[in-house]
Amino acid sequence: MMRTLLLLLLALPCWAAQDLEHRAAALERELRCLVCQNQTLAESNAPLAMDLRNQIRSQLAAGKSEREVVDYLVARYGDFVRYRPPLKASTLLLWAGPFVFLIGGFYLLARILRRRRVPPPQLSGAERSRAAKLLE
Amino acid sequence: MKRLGWTLAVFVALVALLALGLRLNPSEVPSPLIGKPAPAFELPLLMAPDKRFSEREMLGQVWILNVWASWCPPCLVEHPVVTRIAQSGIAPVVGLNYKDVREEALPWLARNGNPYRLIAYDADGRIGIDYGVYGVPETYVIDRQGVIRYKHIGPLTADVVQQKVEPLLKRLAAQ
Repeated sequence: MMRTLLLLLLALPCWAAQDLEHRAAALERELRCLVCQNQTLAESNAPLAMDLRNQIRSQLAAGKSEREVVDYLVARYGDFVRYRPPLKASTLLLWAGPFVFLIGGFYLLARILRRRRVPPPQLSGAERSRAAKLLE
Repeated sequence: MKRLGWTLAVFVALVALLALGLRLNPSEVPSPLIGKPAPAFELPLLMAPDKRFSEREMLGQVWILNVWASWCPPCLVEHPVVTRIAQSGIAPVVGLNYKDVREEALPWLARNGNPYRLIAYDADGRIGIDYGVYGVPETYVIDRQGVIRYKHIGPLTADVVQQKVEPLLKRLAAQ
């Protein structure tokens, strides 16, 4: 009994470290490396990315929330560091654009389909009698 | 005819959007620090490790903060331009030696000349992070109240100095 308790107690900091690692890794996948701009902080080997990863880890370890860490980076590097930019007036087109195009596409499709529906041909009296003769 | 007009309008709008996109420089990230107080710091001097420098000492004057390192080739490219600004006396230029080692930074200055009024030594790049530095060289113009008014990313060129930095310095000095 005593030994199990001791083992559990020893494992506790280990779990905490693992949890921190998970949180830091998740955050790093959400943030852009500014040096090689199409890589996340997690992927990049740039020295700045390493510094920023260390910052993220030490800040999370100091008890800061994910939100606070992101705010810290946004205050220095701007919204550009976030792979998921916030919804603002300047990013409205970015967020709404795909839906505008989708709805516009459906609208065009509906219009084209409607136009394509050709009304059944109206036959004149003479044509009708000719058709009847041919069918006999 | 109306349909052709619409198609043409959409096409022209798309071309305009793409043309605008082509003219933007994706490596120039607008700094959120413009218009904000320069982040506070206190760092040892590169030349005199026992002395320290804080950005507060520059309050009351318009100055330039130039982030450089001896390992950074574009810093060498812009060095004559920085030297010219410093020599013109239009504003004091303070250096921020970023993630460098003294043994390399000092010979670099001896070789290329030292235009800086003084140089703060940011060995681990912590202050660089506070200033949003991501590609040395970077240059900041800071006003009398200690507010960042302009940031240039990458090597300063004579054109940038003539068209942006100098007019801004003159305007700020007149205030």
